[in-house]
Amino acid sequence: MIRGLPVLVVMTCLAGAAAADTWVPVPFIPKGKGEACVRDVAFMRTQHMELLVHQRDATVHRGVRPKDSRLPACLECHAVAGKAGKPVTYKDPKHFCRSCHDYASVKIDCFSCHNSVPDPSEVAHQ
Amino acid sequence: MKSIRYGTLAMGRRRFWAMLAGAATIAGVGLLAAGSMEHQGHWITGMDNQIVWGLPHVFAVFLIVAASGALNVASMGSVFGRTAYKSLARLSGLLTIALLVGGLSVLVLDLGRPDRLIVAMTTYNFRSIFAWNIFLYTGLVIVVAVYLWVQMTHRLRRFQGAAGVVALVWRLTLTTGTGLIFGMLVAREAYDAAVMAPLFIAMSLAFGMALFIPALLALQDGPLDDALLSRMARLLGIFVAATLYFVAVQHLVNLYAAEHIGVERFILADGGIITGLFWVGQILLGGIVPLVLLLVGTITPLRVVIACGLIVLGGFAQVYVIIIGGQAYPLELFPGAVETSSFFDGQIASYRPSLHELALGIGGCGVAVLIALIGLRALPLLPAPAALREAAE
Amino acid sequence: MSGCEKAPGCDTGGSSRRSFMAGLIGAGVLSVAPGVTLYRFAEAKEAGGAVTSAVRWGMLIDTTKCETGCTDCITACNDEHGLTSKGRPRTDAQWIRKIDARDKKTGKQWSLPMMCQHCAEPPCVDVCPTGASFKRADGIVLVDKHICIGCRYCMMACPYKARSFIHEDLENQKSYSPRGKGVVEGCTLCVHRVDAGRRPACVDACRAAGHNAMMFGDINDPDSEISKRLSHFPATAIRADLGLDPGVRYQGI
Repeated sequence: MIRGLPVLVVMTCLAGAAAADTWVPVPFIPKGKGEACVRDVAFMRTQHMELLVHQRDATVHRGVRPKDSRLPACLECHAVAGKAGKPVTYKDPKHFCRSCHDYASVKIDCFSCHNSVPDPSEVAHQ
Repeated sequence: MKSIRYGTLAMGRRRFWAMLAGAATIAGVGLLAAGSMEHQGHWITGMDNQIVWGLPHVFAVFLIVAASGALNVASMGSVFGRTAYKSLARLSGLLTIALLVGGLSVLVLDLGRPDRLIVAMTTYNFRSIFAWNIFLYTGLVIVVAVYLWVQMTHRLRRFQGAAGVVALVWRLTLTTGTGLIFGMLVAREAYDAAVMAPLFIAMSLAFGMALFIPALLALQDGPLDDALLSRMARLLGIFVAATLYFVAVQHLVNLYAAEHIGVERFILADGGIITGLFWVGQILLGGIVPLVLLLVGTITPLRVVIACGLIVLGGFAQVYVIIIGGQAYPLELFPGAVETSSFFDGQIASYRPSLHELALGIGGCGVAVLIALIGLRALPLLPAPAALREAAE
Repeated sequence: MSGCEKAPGCDTGGSSRRSFMAGLIGAGVLSVAPGVTLYRFAEAKEAGGAVTSAVRWGMLIDTTKCETGCTDCITACNDEHGLTSKGRPRTDAQWIRKIDARDKKTGKQWSLPMMCQHCAEPPCVDVCPTGASFKRADGIVLVDKHICIGCRYCMMACPYKARSFIHEDLENQKSYSPRGKGVVEGCTLCVHRVDAGRRPACVDACRAAGHNAMMFGDINDPDSEISKRLSHFPATAIRADLGLDPGVRYQGI
């Protein structure tokens, strides 16, 4: 009887899981603008840091500026509209980056220096 | 040679915990101040774009320089073979670690981005003397810890000499590096001098000894042997004289060169509080009075403690004059011209330290006391009085 | 004459470049100059887009055309990079400033803009413990704000007091000029503009207002306007005795 108890508990959970869509909360990731991102989802999910760190170092130190790896371009497509249709900043939990990073509880440092919304007054700097 | 007996700190439990709590509180207040500075930004401090390094750096540099000098007692015992000091080597090592960690904690907590400490400890630009110092400071903690371990472990006793030499060379390099943080800056009139390296070595010997002797007197069970005290007092007097010598050389040579007259006039005559701290704090109270107390007449514990206190105060004044005074004097972009701008060019910069900076600096001292108390209670570092008496003969 | 053709990172399109080069290869056998242009164009930026040391960016400031009280360059820089005052002049960032000087003996006065001098031997780069202060291959001295720990040693080391520390939280940064609390910053020679083939904002503002006191260009290229001017008229570096070889030179002081 006692030995059977854990088995019973696990079976109940699995049954409940089968009944629900998912039994683990998942982040809601807002859809970006346009057809597709500059990289596919699998790459971005696991290696967006490649772009953000290694590419960033190449840009800062060597002046390499690939057109598809600009942070403002990412922010442009992935802007989430808030009140009055204006994009929300990183302070708002609906911000694109926060949708995953809050969930994964990984603190990011980017937006103490970088603007977290696309800059409307920006002259197109390629 | 008779083996020396060591013990832990024999202080009453209540008194010990009270002191521990006091030191922890002071350190905690410093931590809160640093948290406030980091959260709101440095605008709440007195440091700005003109006076870039302020009171926290004065405390940090003083503690780090004193830490290196505190190890001198151990070096004299193991490297220079003065048996009188052999039994004091462990206490010397602990005080070094305590003071060094205290100073480093102030330095690190004042950074604009203390969250990037890992970056500072893993990314090095080895052309920077500052990078070398980060490496040397953390390394000295490890070197002294190993040195203490070697001294406390019977089967490793034969390595004591080697460990002592490594510690000596390391701390001399470290202190030279600390002096060269300023000495290698070509931009500022008050710095840019190779003599700052030996000056800092002399300062370290004086400050370190001036903290070590009162600590020893406070921790000893019963009175300290007269002969040993006299010996240490005279040695401290020589260190103070050496410091005064290097200060004299630096300023006299600067006065000789026309291009440095401006900054010398500022420090020696026109600088307001800087001038006052230099003459009264550094030279008179930190130099001449202790020299008289230590080298003239009979040595008594009271005289020595007063001299040590004055040397510490004078040392703070000296580091303040170096760090703040050196920044207050404006950069001369156009020699012979009067400059004005919206960025305070051509003006003597004024500096009013904020409470945050004072709390942070004192907090670092609290950290040092905390580490010293814990180390003394946990490890057998204090020589038994009999051992000291025998050694002094 | 720092037009698009001379600037790295300026992409005029592959096919037009190919036809241009095809024409030149024919003519290039007959004269040396097009060959020099070919060499310069290919060398200025590596394949992969990195900048090289074939180019060295510099500025030349004619202080005789610089008026006391004119702050067009400062306004332009502040607007370009989003440098707003917090009402605390001692801690406000200042990337460029006007210095008014008067010789004590002769009474001669002059006014000039002072910013990071982009030295060839920058003391700020030497002293930075993490290497955040660095010199790019094309001579622009920058702070990598990702690894700056905010120790302010570079500010102690700069002979021109060119750097500022950011003393408070910031918002609404320009996307091409990220800046935040706790790091050190200074004039970037508008590297985002230079990489796009344009001039720094201060130089453009000075030209647009008609003062023409500031000139920008490649001082490694003997045919650039700035090099020609430097070779004809005396110009000095400020604190030249320090031997830092700044990229910014001044005429008329």
